Amino acid sequence: MENAIAWVLLFPLIGSVACALLGMANRKLCYPISIISMAGATWAAVETLFQAVACPSAEVSYIFGGWVLDLFPRGVGIEFRADLLGALIALVVVGVGLIVSMYAKLPVEKETPGKEALYYPLFLLQITGLAGIALTGDAFNLYVLIEVAALTGYGMIAIGSNRAAAATFNYLILGTIGASLYLLGVGYLYIKTGTLNMVGIQEVIAANNLHDSPAMQVAFVLIGLGILIKMAFFPFHAWLPNAYSNAPTTTSCLLAPLVTKVMIYVMIRMVLTVFGVEFSFESTLWSEFMPWLVVIAIVCAAVMALAQREIKKMLAYLIVAEVGYMVGGVWIYNYYGLIGSIFHIISDACMTLCLFLATGIILRACKTTHFDGLRGLFSKMPLTMIGFFVGGFSIIGLPPTCGFFSKWYLITGGMVAERWEYMVVLMFSTMVMVVLFFRLIERIYLAVSESGQNLGKGHGDLGLTKEQTKFEEAPLSMLIPLLIAASIVMIIGVYNQEVVNQIERFLEPFNLPRGTGH
Amino acid sequence: MFEDGAIINELLIERLNYFIYVVLLLIGLHAMISKRNLIKKLIGMSIFQTSIILFYVSIAVKDEATIPIYKAEHDPHGAASKAAALELNSTDEAKPLYAPAELQPEETQQYANPLPHVLMLTAIVVGVATLGLALALCLRIQQGYGTVEEDELLVKIERSDARYSQSPLAKAINPRRRPARTSRKPRTASKATRVSQKSASSPKSTGATQTKKSAPKTKTTQPRKKPAPATRKPAASSPKAGNQKPAVKKSSVRKPANKTTSPKKKGAE
Repeated sequence: MENAIAWVLLFPLIGSVACALLGMANRKLCYPISIISMAGATWAAVETLFQAVACPSAEVSYIFGGWVLDLFPRGVGIEFRADLLGALIALVVVGVGLIVSMYAKLPVEKETPGKEALYYPLFLLQITGLAGIALTGDAFNLYVLIEVAALTGYGMIAIGSNRAAAATFNYLILGTIGASLYLLGVGYLYIKTGTLNMVGIQEVIAANNLHDSPAMQVAFVLIGLGILIKMAFFPFHAWLPNAYSNAPTTTSCLLAPLVTKVMIYVMIRMVLTVFGVEFSFESTLWSEFMPWLVVIAIVCAAVMALAQREIKKMLAYLIVAEVGYMVGGVWIYNYYGLIGSIFHIISDACMTLCLFLATGIILRACKTTHFDGLRGLFSKMPLTMIGFFVGGFSIIGLPPTCGFFSKWYLITGGMVAERWEYMVVLMFSTMVMVVLFFRLIERIYLAVSESGQNLGKGHGDLGLTKEQTKFEEAPLSMLIPLLIAASIVMIIGVYNQEVVNQIERFLEPFNLPRGTGH
Repeated sequence: MFEDGAIINELLIERLNYFIYVVLLLIGLHAMISKRNLIKKLIGMSIFQTSIILFYVSIAVKDEATIPIYKAEHDPHGAASKAAALELNSTDEAKPLYAPAELQPEETQQYANPLPHVLMLTAIVVGVATLGLALALCLRIQQGYGTVEEDELLVKIERSDARYSQSPLAKAINPRRRPARTSRKPRTASKATRVSQKSASSPKSTGATQTKKSAPKTKTTQPRKKPAPATRKPAASSPKAGNQKPAVKKSSVRKPANKTTSPKKKGAE
């Protein structure tokens, strides 16, 4: 279908309205509607990706309302543009949305009883916003979609407990600062270039040689700062752990894999498409100091993850560390670093999804996510634990999971660009992740306590009652999405070259240095 | 440059709008970050967003500009162009219907740029939505924690976090160690309510031990109800007190326990 790119957004948007209206009549309709609309959106995203791959210029463009004048070939209306990067990210967004919407039934019923008609519309609007961020070609439209995604995100988190509402308030304040700074930066861009179309801005910058303009520098700093706040880069990460660990299960399953990654996509989009490689890396000092900030960010986030005693909190800090990986991959200014960064967006979304889905099942079965609550869980629910381990191994970076290959490219980029500090910190963080996950595996298999003390009498006795070790697997509506997510992690790992080929094709026109950038 | 007041001139006269926008931006940012009251933070947020609106509107300003609306003769749907079109239509059929008089560059130069205003309409809508959501969150926080002061809120949140993040093995590892003080209060309260429900359902089975347990219940629940509104007080506490009465009467073995509970019941009723 020709307009598949518009349908990526229209399916969840129409679905959310339908959920809100039909859900008032019968709450049970919400769940099937959300699955149907997400399946439709996934189909549209796959179609868009194939169109973009087939097209010689590797991009699909759609101008809403057909507002084109001869004077403005890029359109005076809002353009939606899917190049290979945007199409890949959009597919990740709606794919994760589809898996989580399948998973949502039982957790939503249990954690927000009677509010299905409120929850599912927010869920679908969230995906509309995130997919729109990935596909839009208009800088102001991007702001609106960021706010759509953020506002629905606040609602989805705060619908849970009172503690979640208090955490959301902080998220809201910081999120508003971030989005407003972005808006301010777009204003400066508009002053200098007179257009809001992303490619149009780049064309004006290149044609008029605006590289030394102070207004452009201000715009770059404001937009960069706004996006760094929104993506929870280390000094601005304060909103993330509390918001994600107190949110309802489905919310954290949807937001944790997507929101921060989509914001990293926005940063890559701004650096490559809007400001241009030359301006971003050579006219500003960001590529000098950002790798060092990334080093601090990854070390601090990894150490804080090490200090946690709850899975959800630990995973939240892991996300902060992963954000550091990807930001570093961009700012080491290297071809391989950027491949790694983009590939890591995709693989990190899959593996974080895997871990959060498994954590939701653990929370349902054990009523706690404290490490000590996991004792001997493998004999109780082996399939769930396998899903959890696949996600964990991918975060560590064990082949053949996709985390190995993206980290491989990141480290290659650091080495080729001679950014040794970035390489060392990636190694350090990998070691920390090994400690984190093997500590969990020890508990899950061996039932040791927090202080390392074996509570049983030894020789196979784990100090657990028979009831605690009885085989009791998670319900199928939760288990199947987890296994799908785990297999996707493996499949992307095995077929990584297919993904990397498309990323390479996207990066080809930007002439990034393949050796050191300086 | 500084001697002849050029900077002052530029700041206060030529670029006054931008100067004010930066000042408002900083005021808003300061309020959002350093104020301890959640409502004050939201006021700061509003100032912050308004300053950005001022910035956008300022960049559309043009000397002696007019609003970008068609004059009558340019309007494709206006009466003037209709009449002109009718005349044209009768003679020349190739011309489209309702052809307006073409805009001349001198005329379009007079128009102020409408785009920033339109963008700001969207931004205002987003700001209203954010503010509404934030106020709703404040309401939730006020209902849940009884305060919108950040300091008090943090203390309460820390207390509840400590309770939830406690290891489920804390008892198994060291059964003698008592749980932290914060985690004890609600547990005894819930146990006591369970006991009182039991005693309400089967008053015959109530023994001396249960009246012993119900005595601390009134102690723990009474102070917790203080922040609740006054109208709820008798409604919430009187049925429980009424339920306890038969239990207290039947088990008149331990008189001191009865004495501690009875004056409080009177006070509650």
